[in-house]
Amino acid sequence: MDGSGILKGLGVTLKRLIDTYVDDFKRGKSRYYTQEGIEYRRSAEVKGIFTVQYPEEKLPVPEEFRFVPFLVYEETPEGEQKIRCTSCGICTKVCPAQCIWIERTTDPKTGRPRPEPADFHIDIDLCMNCGLCAEYCPFDAIKMDHVYELATYDRSNNVLDLQRLLKPVSYYAEIRPNNYQREEEARRKAEEAKRKAAEARAKAKAAREAAKAKKQEAKKE
Amino acid sequence: MSEQTVMIQNEEEVLLSRFPEVVKKDERKGYEGYIVEAKALKDFATTLRDELGYDYLSSVTGVDYLPEGKMEVVYHAYKTTGGPALVFKVQVPRENPVVPSLVPIYPGADFQEREAWDLLGIKFEGHPNLKRILMWEGFHGHPLRKDWREPFYEAEHKPYKSRFPNGEFFRAEDRNPFGKNVDYPAGFDPETWTPDNSNALIYEGLGRVEKAGDDLPTEQIVVNLGPQHPSTHGVFRMVVTLDGETIVDLEPVMGYLHRNHEKIGERNTWLMNMPFTDRLDYLAPMSNNFGYALAVEKLLGVKPPERAEYIRVIMAELTRIQNHIFAIGMFLNDMGAYFTPSLYAIEERELILDIFEAVAGSRMMVNYFRFGGVARDIPEDVMAKIRDLAFERLPRRIDELDRYLTNSEIVRIRGEGVGVLTPEQAIAYSAAGPVLRASGVPYDVRRADPYSIYDRFDFDVAVRYHGDVYDRYLIRMDEVRQSIRIIQQALDQIPEGPIVAGKQQYQHRVPAGEAYGRVEGPKGELGFYVVSTGKTNPWRYHVRAPSFINLTALAEMCKGHKVADAVIILGSIDIVLGETDR
Repeated sequence: MDGSGILKGLGVTLKRLIDTYVDDFKRGKSRYYTQEGIEYRRSAEVKGIFTVQYPEEKLPVPEEFRFVPFLVYEETPEGEQKIRCTSCGICTKVCPAQCIWIERTTDPKTGRPRPEPADFHIDIDLCMNCGLCAEYCPFDAIKMDHVYELATYDRSNNVLDLQRLLKPVSYYAEIRPNNYQREEEARRKAEEAKRKAAEARAKAKAAREAAKAKKQEAKKE
Repeated sequence: MSEQTVMIQNEEEVLLSRFPEVVKKDERKGYEGYIVEAKALKDFATTLRDELGYDYLSSVTGVDYLPEGKMEVVYHAYKTTGGPALVFKVQVPRENPVVPSLVPIYPGADFQEREAWDLLGIKFEGHPNLKRILMWEGFHGHPLRKDWREPFYEAEHKPYKSRFPNGEFFRAEDRNPFGKNVDYPAGFDPETWTPDNSNALIYEGLGRVEKAGDDLPTEQIVVNLGPQHPSTHGVFRMVVTLDGETIVDLEPVMGYLHRNHEKIGERNTWLMNMPFTDRLDYLAPMSNNFGYALAVEKLLGVKPPERAEYIRVIMAELTRIQNHIFAIGMFLNDMGAYFTPSLYAIEERELILDIFEAVAGSRMMVNYFRFGGVARDIPEDVMAKIRDLAFERLPRRIDELDRYLTNSEIVRIRGEGVGVLTPEQAIAYSAAGPVLRASGVPYDVRRADPYSIYDRFDFDVAVRYHGDVYDRYLIRMDEVRQSIRIIQQALDQIPEGPIVAGKQQYQHRVPAGEAYGRVEGPKGELGFYVVSTGKTNPWRYHVRAPSFINLTALAEMCKGHKVADAVIILGSIDIVLGETDR
C-alpha cells in the first residue's frame, strides 16, 4: 500500500484524456456534427470522447427501433386512402397496457360488421412501446414508429385518433426497408400460391366437367 | 437408473417414512413436491436442512386458491452443492391462514414471509418481525388475494371488454379521479394515524434510543438514509441506529416503487407479462425475459430451436456484462470516485445497449423472448458488432478497468474486511448471485441446475472467499470475463435455423399446473413461480427477486461498521429498486 495503485489508476485516466485530444486532432473536423463522426463515435474502435451533442447531433435509430404505433394505409392510383386495418381487434387483445380502442364499422343496411375501423384510439400515455400489436397484426396494418421526440406541454393531445395515426405505406417502407421487403415478399408468395391454387381448382373443375360431359355423352349413346 | 434418481427416491422414502400421515406427495396434476401439515412443518424443514442437505431455502411464496377456500405456502429448497429443487407446500384454510415461521431454521425466509403476510395475509407464527414490507402499515387488505379489488378496478382479466368492438374511449383518471383512487380501512385516517411501538422506528424517523448499562452515558441516534439519498440508487430507506458513527442496527424500508407487479401479472395474459418483466430489473431485461420464458415453457412443453437457444444465451450474457460493469461503476460512485469510473463503465454498456436496440427494438425494455424462441433474428451486421465486442473491445476494456481500479489503495482500504458475510451466513440468509459466490459458496444456477444450453459451454464459476465488499467487486470482474468466454463460444457454435418453435399465437392456453423457472440473473437467482388453471391468464405469478432477498443480509453485513460503510455495502449488493419493490 504505497500509493502505486492509485498512481497507476490515474495513469489510466490520463491516457484517456490524452487519447481524446489525439483522436480529435487525428480525425479533425469530421469527428463532430457529421454523420460519419456520429457513426465513428458509437463504433467499437472509438477512442476519446464518446458523447453525442443532442439535439444538434442525433443518433440514427436502427430499423427495429420501436416507439408508439401507427396505422398503415395504402394509396390507390386515384389518390384514395385504403386503410389496411380490418378492425379484427387482435391488437386490442394483445396490448399489455390496453391502450388501444377500436370501434368497428357496421354496415347501415345489413347491420353486419364491415372490415374497417370506424374509429381507432391509442393513448400514447399508456402505451409501453412493447411492439406486440405490430408483431401479431395479421394484416401488417399497425406498425411501430421511429419518432421519439414526443415531449409536449399538453397531455390532452396524447390520445391519437384514426386521422393522426394514419401514415402511408411509403413511409413505412422508408423507415423499415428490410421488414417491408420481407412482408411484401411473403404477401407476393401468398398471392401466388392463392392464384395457383385457384388455377388448379379451375383446372380440376374443368376436367371434372369434361369427364361428366363425356359420361353423359356415353350414356346418351 | 441414474444416481440422481436413486438419490431422489431415497429422499422420498426418508421423508415419507419419517413423517407418516403429515407429509404427502402432491398428487394434483401438473404439480410436484410434498404437502406438509402445518404442525409438522418445522420438523420437516429441520430434517431437510440437517439430514438431506437442503441448506438453501430459495423461494417462499403463497398462492390463494379461492375456489377451494385454501391458502397455500410454497417453498423451494436447494442444496448448495447443486441439483434440482425440492418443493414443499403447506395448506391452510383461507379464513385463518396461520403457518409456522421458518425464520428460525432458514433466516432467509424473513423478508419473503413478510411479503406473503403483506400481500396475501398469511400469518407466520413465530416470525420475529411480522409486519408489512411493501405496502404501508394501514393499507386496506391484502392485495394479492383473489377477492381483493383495487379502487380503480375494471375487470378480472385482460383483455378488457371496453376496447373492442365498440371502443368506448376513456382516460383512466376520468374514471378514478384523484382522491378517490385510494381505499383506507374503516376508521383509518392517514393524517391522524400514529404508529404503534413496533413501527415507531420506521415511521417517526429521527428518534433517540437510550442505551442502558454503560459506564460512559452515551445516546444512540436513529438516522434515516433515504428514501431520497444518493447512495440508495433509487427510492429506498435504511433506518440506521448509530452509536457515535458505528452502526448498531439497520432496518431496510422498501416498497416506495411498489406497483404490485404480481397482481398486474395475474390480470395479464401469459404473453402480456413479457414486456412487464423487462421493468423488474431494468438493468438486466434479457435475464428477466429468460426466466419467465423458461417457467411458461415448462408448462407449455415447448422447446426453442437451437439457434434461439444460442441467441438467448448470447443476450443473457451480454446483459450480465453490462449489468456488472455498470454495478462496478456505480459502486465506485458510492465509494466517492465521483462518476469517472461509472462513465467509463457506461461507455461499454452503451455499446451493448446499441446491440439490444438493433435486435430487440429497445435499449432497456427489450421484450425480446417469446415462448419457444425469441422475437427476431440477429441481423448479420449486428452479429459482426457482437463479435467485435466479445473478441476485441470488451476484454481490452475489462483489463483497463482492472488496471484502473483493482489495485487502487482507496478501493482496497475501503473494501477489504468491510461488510463481511461468512459462507454459513450467506447460505442461511438465502443470498444469491455475486453476494453468495463472493462469500466462498460456488453456487451458480448455470452450473448447479443447468437450464437452456449452459451445460455445453466451458466456463468457470467465479468464486471469492473473503465475503467482503472488495471481493464482491472482484467477483463481478471475474464474472464479466467468464461471460465473455461464454459469448465467444456461443458465437463460434451458433447454427443457422429457425428462431421460434411453431407458429406464434397472441394468446396461449397454458395447461394447468405449476412451474418454477429460474435463471442465474446478474443479481442472483431470478425465479418465476407460475400457476396455471388452464386459462389464458396465470392464476399465480410470483417473482423470486434476488435484489429483494439479498437485502435480508444487509443488516447483518452492516452491524459494527461505520455509517459511511453502509453506503458501499449497499452498493456492493447491487440492488435495483424496480425489482426489489416490484
